Amino acid sequence: MRTIAYNDIVKAIRDTIIYSTTHLSEDMLKALQEALQKEESPVSRAVLEQLLENAQLAAKETKPLCQDTGLAIFFVKVGEDVKIEGGSLKSAIYEGTQKGYEEGYLRASTCDCFTRQNLKDKVGYNLPPIIYFDIVPGDKLEIEFAAKGGGSENGSRATMLAPAQGIPGIRAFVKEVVSNAGPNVCPPIVVGIGIGGSFDMAAVMSKHALFRDIGSSNPDPELDKLEKEIQEELNKLGIGAMGMGGTQTVLAVHIETYQPGRMCHIASLPVAVNIQCHSSRHAHITL
Amino acid sequence: MAEYKLQTPLSDEDVSKLKAGDIVYLSGTLYTARDAAHKRLVELIEKGEKLPFELQGAVIYYVGPTPPKPGEVIGSAGPTTSYRMDSYAPTLIEHGLKGMIGKGKRNEAVKEACKKYKAVYFGAVGGAGALLAKRIKEAEVIAYPELGPEAVRRLVVEDFPVVVVNDTYGNDLYEEGRKEWAKE
Ligand code: SF4
Repeated sequence: MRTIAYNDIVKAIRDTIIYSTTHLSEDMLKALQEALQKEESPVSRAVLEQLLENAQLAAKETKPLCQDTGLAIFFVKVGEDVKIEGGSLKSAIYEGTQKGYEEGYLRASTCDCFTRQNLKDKVGYNLPPIIYFDIVPGDKLEIEFAAKGGGSENGSRATMLAPAQGIPGIRAFVKEVVSNAGPNVCPPIVVGIGIGGSFDMAAVMSKHALFRDIGSSNPDPELDKLEKEIQEELNKLGIGAMGMGGTQTVLAVHIETYQPGRMCHIASLPVAVNIQCHSSRHAHITL
Repeated sequence: MAEYKLQTPLSDEDVSKLKAGDIVYLSGTLYTARDAAHKRLVELIEKGEKLPFELQGAVIYYVGPTPPKPGEVIGSAGPTTSYRMDSYAPTLIEHGLKGMIGKGKRNEAVKEACKKYKAVYFGAVGGAGALLAKRIKEAEVIAYPELGPEAVRRLVVEDFPVVVVNDTYGNDLYEEGRKEWAKE
């Protein structure tokens, strides 16, 4: 058994939230620089230049990259040999989230879905977070964090295709989602696609797919090829940076399937598309 | 793609020279409002009551900033998605609003109102909240403080960078830009 202190988790989460909402992920920074080299449209180039300047300024002044500092999303892998001392893991994540958002001068964006009242007084500052727990072998605690804004979530969709629709059906659906989302999701974007599992799991996988580094390859060679083909097809739409017209709309396509075996039910083909705007705020903590 | 520097409030003449795709640097006063504030503004107009600011020639910025750190004028302050204001915008345009700043598509009713009453919709770069905040020199809550980030603020800006998306002639940069660069 390995012991991890409650307060260490709170502090790690707090610090990670403040750092990642003010410092653009390295992979996104590189992808935007490359897009600026390749972009042919002058308006889109002007937008990309503003985004790179914004990233510099945000880091220098520790100011949020984007005013929508999102919902706090966590994917947590708890080693079977880990013991948390001083409180529960869930409350440590809540406390770290509240501290990070409040002390980092980030926006509290959680509200009651009916009355639309902000939850900062009733539940806590930008609480509750969204947490997916998994139990794994080992004595480590691994936490992936994302601050996920509303704009790119609103452009995301899930569907249940007929198995006969296969890969052409998946491609058509992804194209439809990205095309309809257009400027609203703040392109350039990363497209996360969850295929298989169940209705809910496809959506979770599409979100988790966004944690993969831009430019990394899919371990499944068949899917790696499909990702590149879909990316090329989507870039033909001409949406461009902030939807103002251009050639660099999609920086990467990441596909995740349910393992082992790329499983789904014999009667279904669930597909979900989660969009990540250029304001990519992702982080990985290992304790 | 022309470039202009404009001072608010905007006149019919100012907005008439703008075409979709033009880059504009705005200076002067902007007012911030999101859905909740828009609902209240439209209710005031319907009741014939006075608005918390002069609508004639005004430019509204759709933004819900992060809280300012001590010593800062405003926190991060980029545009929010505009369609949530679509059901209220035509009424405001009819009563003198000349400009809106946000991100994302508008519906036909808003585009029609822009044509009929001469107003423009500007796009600012979503996610450039730190950069845009630099161009904001003063910020003051003037109505509905209980709405928090959604309160109505008076901002004084200098060379605030925006792009004309919908002009007074019915052009739409999102549609035209996409057509121009699509490869199929
Ligand atoms: S979609 Fe992303 S970049 Fe755009 S406003 Fe929302 S969080 Fe910011």
